[in-house]
Amino acid sequence: MSVLHFAILLPLLAAPFIPFLFKGMKQIHTGWFVLVVPVVLVSYFAGFIPVTSAGDVVTETIAWMPSLGINFTAYVDGLSLLFALLITGIGALVVLYSIYYLDKDKESLGHFYVYLLMFMSAMLGVVLSDNMIVMYMFWELTSISSFLLIGYWYEKERSRYGAQKSMLLTVFGGLSMLGGIVLLESMVGSYSIRDMVANSGVIAESPFFLVAMILILLGAFTKSAQFPFHIWLPDAMEAPTPVSAYLHSATMVKAGLYLVARMSPVFQESPVWLWTIAAVGMFTMFWGSFNAVKQTDLKGILAFSTVSQLGLIMSLLGLGAAALHYDGIDDNIFIVATIAAIFHLINHATFKGSLFMMAGIVDHETGTRDIRKLGGLMTVMPITFTIAVIGSLSMAGLPPFNGFLSKEMFLKATTKVFSADFFALETIGILLPVVAFLGSVFTFIYSIMLFTRTFMGEAKFDQLPKKPHEAPIGMLISPVILALLVVGLGFFPNVLSNTLIKPAVESIYPTLVAQGQNVKVDIYFWHGLTPELYMTIGVILLGSLLFWQMNKWMGIYNRIPHRLTLNGVYDGTLVWSNKAAYRFKDNYMTGFIRSYLIYIFVFLSGMMLFSIWWFDMYQFSFENMAEIAPYEYVLGAVVILAALAILFMKSRLPSIILLGVVGYGVALFFVFFGAPDLALTQLVIETVSVALFLLVFYHMPDISKKETRMRFKVGNAIVAVLVGVTVTLLSFMALTHKSLSSISEYHIENVYDLAAGKNMVNVILVDFRGFDTLFEIVVLGIAALGIYTMIKFRTTRRTKGDGANEAKQQTRQ
Amino acid sequence: MKQNSKRVNDVILQTASIIIFFIIVIFSINLFFAGHYSPGGGFIGGLMTSAALVLLLLAFDSNTLSKVLPIDYRLMTATGLLIALATGLHSLFFDRPFLTHAYGKFDLPLLGEQTLHTAIAFDLGVYLVVIGVTMTIIQTIGESE
Repeated sequence: MSVLHFAILLPLLAAPFIPFLFKGMKQIHTGWFVLVVPVVLVSYFAGFIPVTSAGDVVTETIAWMPSLGINFTAYVDGLSLLFALLITGIGALVVLYSIYYLDKDKESLGHFYVYLLMFMSAMLGVVLSDNMIVMYMFWELTSISSFLLIGYWYEKERSRYGAQKSMLLTVFGGLSMLGGIVLLESMVGSYSIRDMVANSGVIAESPFFLVAMILILLGAFTKSAQFPFHIWLPDAMEAPTPVSAYLHSATMVKAGLYLVARMSPVFQESPVWLWTIAAVGMFTMFWGSFNAVKQTDLKGILAFSTVSQLGLIMSLLGLGAAALHYDGIDDNIFIVATIAAIFHLINHATFKGSLFMMAGIVDHETGTRDIRKLGGLMTVMPITFTIAVIGSLSMAGLPPFNGFLSKEMFLKATTKVFSADFFALETIGILLPVVAFLGSVFTFIYSIMLFTRTFMGEAKFDQLPKKPHEAPIGMLISPVILALLVVGLGFFPNVLSNTLIKPAVESIYPTLVAQGQNVKVDIYFWHGLTPELYMTIGVILLGSLLFWQMNKWMGIYNRIPHRLTLNGVYDGTLVWSNKAAYRFKDNYMTGFIRSYLIYIFVFLSGMMLFSIWWFDMYQFSFENMAEIAPYEYVLGAVVILAALAILFMKSRLPSIILLGVVGYGVALFFVFFGAPDLALTQLVIETVSVALFLLVFYHMPDISKKETRMRFKVGNAIVAVLVGVTVTLLSFMALTHKSLSSISEYHIENVYDLAAGKNMVNVILVDFRGFDTLFEIVVLGIAALGIYTMIKFRTTRRTKGDGANEAKQQTRQ
Repeated sequence: MKQNSKRVNDVILQTASIIIFFIIVIFSINLFFAGHYSPGGGFIGGLMTSAALVLLLLAFDSNTLSKVLPIDYRLMTATGLLIALATGLHSLFFDRPFLTHAYGKFDLPLLGEQTLHTAIAFDLGVYLVVIGVTMTIIQTIGESE
């Protein structure tokens, strides 16, 4: 195990010690011990920056299941490293924040940090695995740990609902992704992502290309909360705020983006890839921002905002695929889309993390997150307010923050579609900048709303559950660091250009890099009077106008009834599928044995008749039949008549007697067919069973002794005739088809020489095939013991006129 | 089987049963021993013996029968199973597969030269099990209320 593997698994290895630290060291907040892990990891991963910026990669392999081609291959390139740094960096800040956010005496911190560490390992595993099966394993581990974290306050009903919803949706996507992985493996013959990238030509020509792509994308879309799977994210806000900040804004929801970026080299030659991702991402961006405006909960706004921003990055990753269709890198205008995606990914992690922590502080200090109750907090919480303003303005895409830069690049990438001349980008593609513009307008509105509604306006402190005051310094450290990053990246964006962004972009375009082309990342404020600048001005103007006139148009949100919203559809599907499953089950699981017998018999006949017809086996001849003696006719008629007569008897007593007639008739048949042993046994057994029948009849409750003829039911008659015909047909056919001679010749020849006996039946029973007999007598013994225990060891003794009797009679009717 | 509330004087039945009982038992033993050469064997022999016992049950009551023949039929079943199993197992000691029978001619003191076959031991197991099972069932059902 290399150091790299150890680093990936370090949080998981540390997790088992957490409960002991929590129980043993009550006086110290457990978070301090946990904090060591991400801090160590972030410094370790920072050490890789020189390696990746030089264009090198690090690969370490542990054989796990080599025979299946599943090995734990850790692979560090620009993209992985960027994510690993985000995970560990934000992880450290979130752990620090949680130390002040979660009370060590009231919360079960042991659980919290175990889940969090589990998640951290899982996330590192996702971004650093080269083997797709291993990646899938970590992927599901993120789903599970996220489920546990959302349901952390499991006494709350909303928490459980949110946890279940996110679990169902992300696991649905995860399983689809597994299907995609298996398909890709079948095309390439390897689970390694690098092998898939190297063989992208093979994959592109495969008939399953589209299926594999859609399955992989389903995984990415559900995880990254893209339309229409975004609905789990707002409900996941029931988690503690550090969790929301960490999982549901900075890391886990970006796993889908990571997957799309990682798989881009495999799929991006295809126009379907570009269009699916760009369209879904763009619409998600619009829909998320549109819905964020109507939220009244701070974290609700942030959740929809996250959805929107993820959509933005997703669409940029889609548009980035267009870069492959240009030859020269210098005028390769679409590379800017990918650069923007990576840059915005970093920016979003910084400002969204700080905003979530801000929301947590407001919640913690005032007792509510409802923006209708909040207001005027600016004076009492100045630092939090500053953080909120910086974060919100960066999110809205205003200068001088980093959000402005990436938003400009986003608008630039979308306007580039005008100059493209492939994939119908120049025609339908016009929709992209339009939707992007509208989405940006709503983004502007909710960003402004976020801090004006919370911190400005009139103060209503008397209505708040707690008296508000500034948060403790420890809680402010993390958001302040993030806000400083927001500002710092805004002013000095090129700090990261060559260290983080360029290697990440290069790993998305391995083919371009292989051609010796160089990705140039140069981010600066002033582009000149470009279309995107006009668009930004337009966003600010239109956004301000709409924000000012907000009360007039808010009504449109109430137009959509709950049933037609996606949440309504989700809830409805759950309820409906549950009901449908019950109804389906109730329809055939009637509880009546006669229904089950009908299924069994109909299935039996159906299968038999179908296979007779399907394999064209229908043939029989009477050639090898023996002569039928007259007395056999007579006996056959007697047996048939007796059997038929049972059906028409009014009372059960004659039925039992007639059954005896059939049995003795069969014994006589044995006599005719030369089977004395069988005849003897049949006679005695028939006698015993008739006696037992009579005994049962004697003890039957009086009411069911009533003399009624069996009711005629057409269905039953048809099934009975069907089964009879089937079995008869089969027996005739079996006789006709008999192709091998019987082994009885051997028995006849050797019965005396080998077994010193002359009664062949008995010799077979005790000698040739004594093993069967041994177990038949065991069966008899079990039956006797069963009867003995059933009768002797009744725990409840039935008394006369007891309820049990009556209940039995009622079910009979 | 079901005990009558008032005693019935059935001398003829009882007297006849006692005689017939021995005939049936001897017949059943014959069936059992003849099994390897002519129709019969452990199964039918066991059934016949239990039929004889049932006849006694019909003529007398179960208390009388258990006094005359103090047999635990469940133990009998177990013994039968054990004998059958042991017959199967014995061949393992002679390095043969499970349930390989052995036979040979022996000069017995009173009976003269006779063929002895381990299959008869196996059949004895079957015989005992069948009697044990039949009688357990009939006794249990008969004694229950």
